[in-house]
Amino acid sequence: MKKTGAQILCESLIKERVEVIFGILGGCVLPIYDTFPQYPKLRHILVRHEQGAAHAADGYARATHKAGVCIATSGPGATNLVTGIACAYMDSAPMVAITGQVARPVIGKDAFQETDITGITIPITKHNYLVTDVAELAGTVKEAFHIAQTGRPGPVLIDIPRDVQQEQTEFIYPDKLDLPGYKVISRGHPAQIKKAAALINEAEQPVVLAGRGIVVSQAYDEFKEFVEKAQLPVTHTMLGLSCFPGDHILDLGMMGMHGTGCANMAVQNADLLIAVGMRFDDRATANTREFAPNARVIHIDIDPAEIGKNVPVDIPVVGDIKSVLTALNEEIGKKEHVGWLSQIEQWRSEYPSQNIRQSDELLPQYVIRQIYEATQGDALIVTGVGQNQMFAARYFTFTKPDRFISAGGLGPMGFELPAAMGAKIGRPEEVVWCVAGDGGFQMTIQELATITQENIAVKIAVMNNGYLGMVRQWQELFYGRRYVDTKLWNPDFVKIAEAYQIPGIRVKRREEVIPAINKAMECPGAFLIDFFVEPEENIFPIVPPGECLTRFFEPSRTGAWEEKSGISITEF
Amino acid sequence: MTVTKHTLVALVEDKPGVLNRVASLFRRRAFNIESLAVGGSEHPGLSRMTIVAIGDAAQVEQVRKQLEKLINVVKVSDITEGDMVTRELALIKVKATASTRSEIMQIVSIFRASIVDVAPGSVTVEVTGDENKVNSLLGLLRDFGIKEVSRTGRIALTRGGRS
Repeated sequence: MKKTGAQILCESLIKERVEVIFGILGGCVLPIYDTFPQYPKLRHILVRHEQGAAHAADGYARATHKAGVCIATSGPGATNLVTGIACAYMDSAPMVAITGQVARPVIGKDAFQETDITGITIPITKHNYLVTDVAELAGTVKEAFHIAQTGRPGPVLIDIPRDVQQEQTEFIYPDKLDLPGYKVISRGHPAQIKKAAALINEAEQPVVLAGRGIVVSQAYDEFKEFVEKAQLPVTHTMLGLSCFPGDHILDLGMMGMHGTGCANMAVQNADLLIAVGMRFDDRATANTREFAPNARVIHIDIDPAEIGKNVPVDIPVVGDIKSVLTALNEEIGKKEHVGWLSQIEQWRSEYPSQNIRQSDELLPQYVIRQIYEATQGDALIVTGVGQNQMFAARYFTFTKPDRFISAGGLGPMGFELPAAMGAKIGRPEEVVWCVAGDGGFQMTIQELATITQENIAVKIAVMNNGYLGMVRQWQELFYGRRYVDTKLWNPDFVKIAEAYQIPGIRVKRREEVIPAINKAMECPGAFLIDFFVEPEENIFPIVPPGECLTRFFEPSRTGAWEEKSGISITEF
Repeated sequence: MTVTKHTLVALVEDKPGVLNRVASLFRRRAFNIESLAVGGSEHPGLSRMTIVAIGDAAQVEQVRKQLEKLINVVKVSDITEGDMVTRELALIKVKATASTRSEIMQIVSIFRASIVDVAPGSVTVEVTGDENKVNSLLGLLRDFGIKEVSRTGRIALTRGGRS
């Protein structure tokens, strides 16, 4: 029996075990939506903006480790997905984005709501397709899911003209893929692994740089064994948080621009860096010319193009983290590194970056710490971008694996709410806290309607400081405290939540924090807390842009820092 | 690191948009292309691209690996270091009068080029060879006045039986 393109799409999605689709309809996807009632296995979540659909699919993907699916109509629907697709691409999240396209006869005629979305998304997708023949649709979907979910994951877009959705053909889901140009190297080269092991065995001051690759590969046990066997101190990129217990004696916390003093000192003084599933992003390395000057570098990554891209590498090992670490654990010997670890402990006490300063004000660090205490670390933390993100990254102790979702590479404000929605749908048993900034929250605030319509029980903590906080911090430190256009007039978020039938509470004082968090946790559905935090609180340490990792600034270092670095923080 | 010309040879799937993907990647990663030539290969459904890119060894290796990541790109090699045959075709329309035509024909014959079109005020010369040869011929013909030039850019294969 023949099926329409729309039916073939739905059948193919079911073959790929898709359960949830985030999207909004429009003219050029109407045939697809019209067939949804025939496929009750596919749950469609109606979002309020296509950016929300893409971020929700991304949050779902990161929470479940399988491709998130989003759908939008042609033209503006498709272009609204772009931010979310770019975000998934930068952070290697598997996603399949489906867009409607105008009918084939009018492609290229500047038809109503026509946009060249495959052209637009070439640099922000792992691959994309314009399906011009219904006979190719099933195979395209199969390829798209394979590409999105294997190797270094990423987004794949499928653009389907409206008339292809209506055209009929036999539905045959292919068994085999024909992708001669797509190679995934999953096992590391044994000779490279031996060389890496030799370096690790002889290193005296090693440091591990743990990245998101460990989370993607779900190599938590292998990583822990690796680190404990050779007694390797661990630092994380931001997206590498929650791959190793944050309360472990070998854990130094996050490295980089807002990394802990201890982590940054250790990296800069290391004689060997073992980079595991990370890409030497500039926010992690700071100035690469002065980065870890005495260290040899082992770089383990599944993407060969990451080797040597930003930092020269001595021993590359290309492969899947889980497989490479399993092999590496056989080759490395037990080590203790007593002297090096005691030096690190000295830095830890010299730069107690995790301490929260004494204050009667409501500090965002304190709020995050209380969310940690209330959940005992057993919660999925989804953040926005900016100060709220850094406070969450630094002051929530990730004691359990795979509990942190944040937009690292692209840094799109407004990620938090839709991504938290997607994450909660992907892991319904988990407590999901959405840590939002008051600026970013208003970029996707309309998804509160989706949350209510679909009954998605996310707990929302708005870190309301009345500023675009991170930008304000830069203006304070590097632009002579000239707060140009960072002050926000905000609506009453509790009333906004109420209008969306979401209970909420405003918190202005420290003693109200714990009861409010408890109330949110007791509430069976979504809940919003509007935390009126100290407006001009900064996230420290900070490595000023262009500086090297050891030149981090934190208030306790003021005099010494300026003397040592020769730079006055206000001079930037 | 020294910046030099590198010859990359890519086997790509003959599908719509492939050229765009390759060109887009060079632009996006801020790599310079000097020339790009594409045509059929010995495999049905696959085309061979010859790309001349300018950069140091590390930059070109990075672009090679980024090209390899494109799904429609089957294989990319930097053949600069090895022994290779390179050719370029150029068509050159030169001003010619009754008094200069024979001199032009002499130069053309020295270069084993040929005249493929003659008009009252011009001749069109076809030349194949490596870029140096084409450039030398162009240099000599410049004195007569060049009306139009069309060059294909470099195509290349490695020497010997290895494929």
